Amino acid sequence: MSNILTVKNLSLSVGNEILLDGVSFEIKHGEIFALVGESGSGKSLTSLAIMQLLPEAIAVTSGNICLKKQSLFALSESKMQKVRGKSIAMIFQEPMSALNPVMTVGAQVAEVLQVHLGLKKEEMKERVLSLFKEVALKDPETRYHWYPHQLSGGQKQRVMIAIALACEPGLLIADEPTTALDVTIQAQVLQLLKTICKQRELSILFITHDMAVVSEMADRVAVMKEGKIVEQAVCKDFFTHPKHPYTQRLLADIKVKKVFHSEKKEHEPLLEVKNLKVYFPIKKGLFQRTVGIVKAVDDVSFSIGKGKTLALVGESGSGKSTIGKAILSLLEETEGMVRFEDQNLGTLNKKDLMPYRRKIQVVFQDPFSALNPRMTIANIIREGMLSLGVGPKGKVAQDKYIASLLLKVDLEASHMHRYPHEFSGGQRQRIGIARALAVEPELIICDEPTSALDVSVRTQVLALLEKLQVESGVSYLFITHDLSIVPMIADEVAVMKEGKIVEQGLVEDVMQDPKHPYTQRLLASAPKLMKEIP
Amino acid sequence: MKLVLLWTDALVWSLVVVLLIWAWVILRSPQIKKTWHTIFKSSIAMASSVVLLFYLFFTLLDSIHLRLALPDEAQKSQTVTYEAQMVSLLDLMFAHNIQHTERTYSAPFATVEYTSSIVVNKEGQTKQVYLPLKYVASDNGFWGKSLKALAVGVCVSLLLVLFHIWWREKRRFVEACKEIVQGKSALPWRTAYVTFMLLVITFIWLYMLSYSYHVLGTDKVGGDVLYQSFKSIRTGVLIGILTTLIMLPVAVILGVSAGLFGGWVDDVIQYLYTTLSSIPGVLLIAAGVLSMQVMMDNHPTWFETTLERSDLRLLFLIIILGITSWTSLCRLLRAETLKISQMEFVTAAKAFGVGKFTIIRRHIVPNLMHIILISVVLDFSGLVLAEAVLSYVGVGVDPTMHSWGNMINQARLEMAREPMVWWSLFSAFVFMFILVLAANLFSDRIQKVLDPRNNT
Amino acid sequence: MLAYIIKRILYAIPILIGVNLITFMLFFMVNSPDDMARAQLGAKQVTPELIQSWKEERGYDKPLFINSKEEGLSKVTHTLFVQESLKLFSFDFGFSDSNRDIGADIKVRMIPSLSIALPTFIIALITNISLALLLVLFRGSLLDTSMMVVAVMIMSISGLFYIIAGQVLFSKIWHWVPISGYESGWDGVKFILLPIFIGVFAGIGSGVRWYRSIFLEQINQDYVRTARAKGLSEIKVLFGHVLRNGMLPILTGVVVIIPSLFMGSLIMESFFGIPGLGSYTIDAINSQDFAIVKAMVFLGSVLYIVGLILTDISYTLFDPRVKL
Repeated sequence: MSNILTVKNLSLSVGNEILLDGVSFEIKHGEIFALVGESGSGKSLTSLAIMQLLPEAIAVTSGNICLKKQSLFALSESKMQKVRGKSIAMIFQEPMSALNPVMTVGAQVAEVLQVHLGLKKEEMKERVLSLFKEVALKDPETRYHWYPHQLSGGQKQRVMIAIALACEPGLLIADEPTTALDVTIQAQVLQLLKTICKQRELSILFITHDMAVVSEMADRVAVMKEGKIVEQAVCKDFFTHPKHPYTQRLLADIKVKKVFHSEKKEHEPLLEVKNLKVYFPIKKGLFQRTVGIVKAVDDVSFSIGKGKTLALVGESGSGKSTIGKAILSLLEETEGMVRFEDQNLGTLNKKDLMPYRRKIQVVFQDPFSALNPRMTIANIIREGMLSLGVGPKGKVAQDKYIASLLLKVDLEASHMHRYPHEFSGGQRQRIGIARALAVEPELIICDEPTSALDVSVRTQVLALLEKLQVESGVSYLFITHDLSIVPMIADEVAVMKEGKIVEQGLVEDVMQDPKHPYTQRLLASAPKLMKEIP
Repeated sequence: MKLVLLWTDALVWSLVVVLLIWAWVILRSPQIKKTWHTIFKSSIAMASSVVLLFYLFFTLLDSIHLRLALPDEAQKSQTVTYEAQMVSLLDLMFAHNIQHTERTYSAPFATVEYTSSIVVNKEGQTKQVYLPLKYVASDNGFWGKSLKALAVGVCVSLLLVLFHIWWREKRRFVEACKEIVQGKSALPWRTAYVTFMLLVITFIWLYMLSYSYHVLGTDKVGGDVLYQSFKSIRTGVLIGILTTLIMLPVAVILGVSAGLFGGWVDDVIQYLYTTLSSIPGVLLIAAGVLSMQVMMDNHPTWFETTLERSDLRLLFLIIILGITSWTSLCRLLRAETLKISQMEFVTAAKAFGVGKFTIIRRHIVPNLMHIILISVVLDFSGLVLAEAVLSYVGVGVDPTMHSWGNMINQARLEMAREPMVWWSLFSAFVFMFILVLAANLFSDRIQKVLDPRNNT
Repeated sequence: MLAYIIKRILYAIPILIGVNLITFMLFFMVNSPDDMARAQLGAKQVTPELIQSWKEERGYDKPLFINSKEEGLSKVTHTLFVQESLKLFSFDFGFSDSNRDIGADIKVRMIPSLSIALPTFIIALITNISLALLLVLFRGSLLDTSMMVVAVMIMSISGLFYIIAGQVLFSKIWHWVPISGYESGWDGVKFILLPIFIGVFAGIGSGVRWYRSIFLEQINQDYVRTARAKGLSEIKVLFGHVLRNGMLPILTGVVVIIPSLFMGSLIMESFFGIPGLGSYTIDAINSQDFAIVKAMVFLGSVLYIVGLILTDISYTLFDPRVKL
């Protein structure tokens, strides 16, 4: 097999900062080559360099990229335009924003055909429709005239794939094509890519941060770290015998080490949610009449014991975050009740709620918006202490207390005078945890606390959460879309779909013997690597 | 001598106090200090802020009003009597120009009048001659005086600059000077000092020559245009700053409450600003100013002197401008507050049971500061320009008040004369252009640094 | 769609009432009917009887907001405020101080206003957008940066200077066009050339900057990257994708002022002696004719609200995501 793409010694820099340092790899005909790395490792830059779509500030300092025998750097911009979309096509991570919102999807696919092949109108439409069929877009005739906002995320990504395949390119660059999608959709899109790759003898440069996806898709793998490729191997060898210590650590991080530690012992419930319903009215028309309701949470019951963790799993829009807000009394429940230590929280007024605010705290998903950028870390942590009257009085004593909290979450005491923007995502998440811990809560609601983090950081944060649970006996309600981390953290799991809990039980039982078809599908969609867990 | 505080003076000085407090806040918070450091890293920002400070200096100089004691025999009667007319420090500085009023138009640096007059000479013949100016000697030695003025200017500005460097860097004065000359200082001080020196030298040159010439000519009734241009600075700057100062609290309070409380509060505030913004701006201002004029005509007892009258009118104009201009900022702040109140750090604060007003103070307003600041600097230049248009329309400042708008308004007729009288327009143009350009450049820089969309 | 328009029109009513209230307060609270009568009749021979008859003649003898003499609903309706507002709502603007029919004046003067404002608007829109697109195409180049410096300078100069300088240059020195005046029909073109040119030029600075920033914001979006990855040339990317998406924010700023073009430009018309609504307003302000000012305020806000509705409608045409 000959190489379709050769990247030789590619280095990029902006100013004095080196972004890519001597990256070399080649992609053979018909193979799927995965480029793996954590955020900021330079994998997306590599793909943009191949397409020559790098931002102007970034300069190529050395190296060459060849498509078959043709050096891409030698091509003029107008010749390069003929390569893009025709010989090399690309799909992106965010299907939401990657399509032009004011053009019909049909027209967007047709545009490539017109630019590169100059087809007639009828021919073009026929081609687009057959492409839509190939990417398994239902009802292509109608969809042709739809706008991106009318399609779901998965459908949009299919349209993107159709655009990429339109001119039958030899190489497809897929830059995190499934990261923004739900698990079940991800599985479908990956399957589609695999099928197309085989049928068309297409080569794919698959860029991802997700080792599980790699194990599913790739023939060969290259691991990137800080602008360098640290290891390159055939997929099978890679997972069985990783050579570089960084790769070894990465693989170790995603393999779930924890044994299911749930004991089937009756426990005294700390939090009890009974028949909780949260409905939002849909208002429309002249007088804002209520024309319907969205049942965000529809008759949900569960309980969490002292020192236990319940994982609430579901895809986006399943209502899992709404439950968190209802428990925090940040929105009104429509029906049902939330009992905490035998007290119905819904009946309390603002003042009587205050002691419970101390006992139930929250850690958020987005480490960037969870901390006020204008406050120092000390003041962020102090806020709850002041408001709820927890911890020592007096600034000096409080600072001491804050310092000890920071140490507890593996940060340094000197960090407290800094501002959030000086910290990385993982560090911010630790600060968020410290903020919640400051008021000595008994229950922490973790709303997707790790989904914005890289794998290695994710593992550290989860380990921290577990350590804290062991130390202080705090309970967690762990809201997540990611089944793979459930066994690491939870004792029990509840699977949500469209506002309802479809299955609930001990993690071991649910994961190994799912009863509900949705849970089964969810587990089946999860990449293999995860299923190999004992 | 008696100090008099006009309404606008009081506002100006309270503004100065606010600015000082704000500077103190900036110096205390390392984060905000860093932001400002970034803003001033651009040499354009440095230069334009020096220009703005220069204008502010003249505004302040013109905002200290005095009534001089009458120097006559009134002293004998123990009680000191004062002149009816108020003068500001700027007036005192230009006292010679005020006294040296010519008969009519004269061009810049001219020694004779601009238009010829018919004169009957001793022999009884009538002759068309250009009469010499009363207060300008025919042979003045322009170059000699200019050289002297430039020399003085260079010395004075250099001294001031050196003093400033010494004040900033007492310990390492010499190294600091070296760094600045080589342009290696952390902030582009070299640009700032050069701008400053240019301004000071130009000013001293104009000022020293103004003793022997009408540097920028005279207007129809022989008034000195240079003096008028400097007097206009206060009017322009005041309208630019005080208007925003007045509308700011309204816009912030209403915008934040609309965004945060929602419900009927939001409805009422939205109704309020939609209604106000639906009226064409100039018309609303015109209607307001007209009513105000009528009101002032009906209450002649409110003011003692014409200066007080025109000052009150300026104050009303500023208030009316403020009322008409808060709506757009309010809308912006409402939208941003809505966005921030959905952020997770606000949710976290709510989960701690933090009260609404603390949330506003601690979480919302600090995150709105960049929008407020951008809109203040952005509005400033617009308001300075608006003053000219409003004065032209006839709803601006009092016609007796010196302002660029009034100067342009007059110049409109002068341009139609043959030959053209161009210097009033020219002076107003230059003085306004420098101020507005500086303000625009500065606000560009502030936007660039503070707007989060530019940081990604 | 229809339901939406009806809703917006219903929503406009309280706003217009609010506008009336504001003008009414400025008009009558500060300046009572008695004051007006005194001013109109001259200070010398005012007697209370004369004032009374003057007020009755104009219907100004009723109380402002609440008529305590009447019963029931007429307590509110038989007042100056309701009476004046109702007149305005039926577009009955009454008579000016110089006893001219304001409604008729407005009709006559709309055409000259529009003949300046409309071409200025269209030409400015096209010039600004094309210049902005040009700068975006060559972004970061010397052309871009130097044009941006020029733009800041252009917008730092008061519009009055452009008018005066334009008149001096083109009319007084070069004699290309008459300095001021107006004629209807094709002969009048020479009169409107200069005001249109100056109007376009004075707005170029801020206009180009605004459009440029809109396009630059679009150009960093993901869909533009997709378009480039498809192999589209930079020009096709600009016209096919960036321009169409940039139209959306442009629409919000532009459509709303279209109806207000009827109002003309105050400054331009008064400098060039064009008998439009702008100069009408300025004359009214200078002669302190409040009846005209009030009529123009009302007209202005009606047109603004029409502009808002048009904006929303235009959005449904250009943005498939918006459905009314």
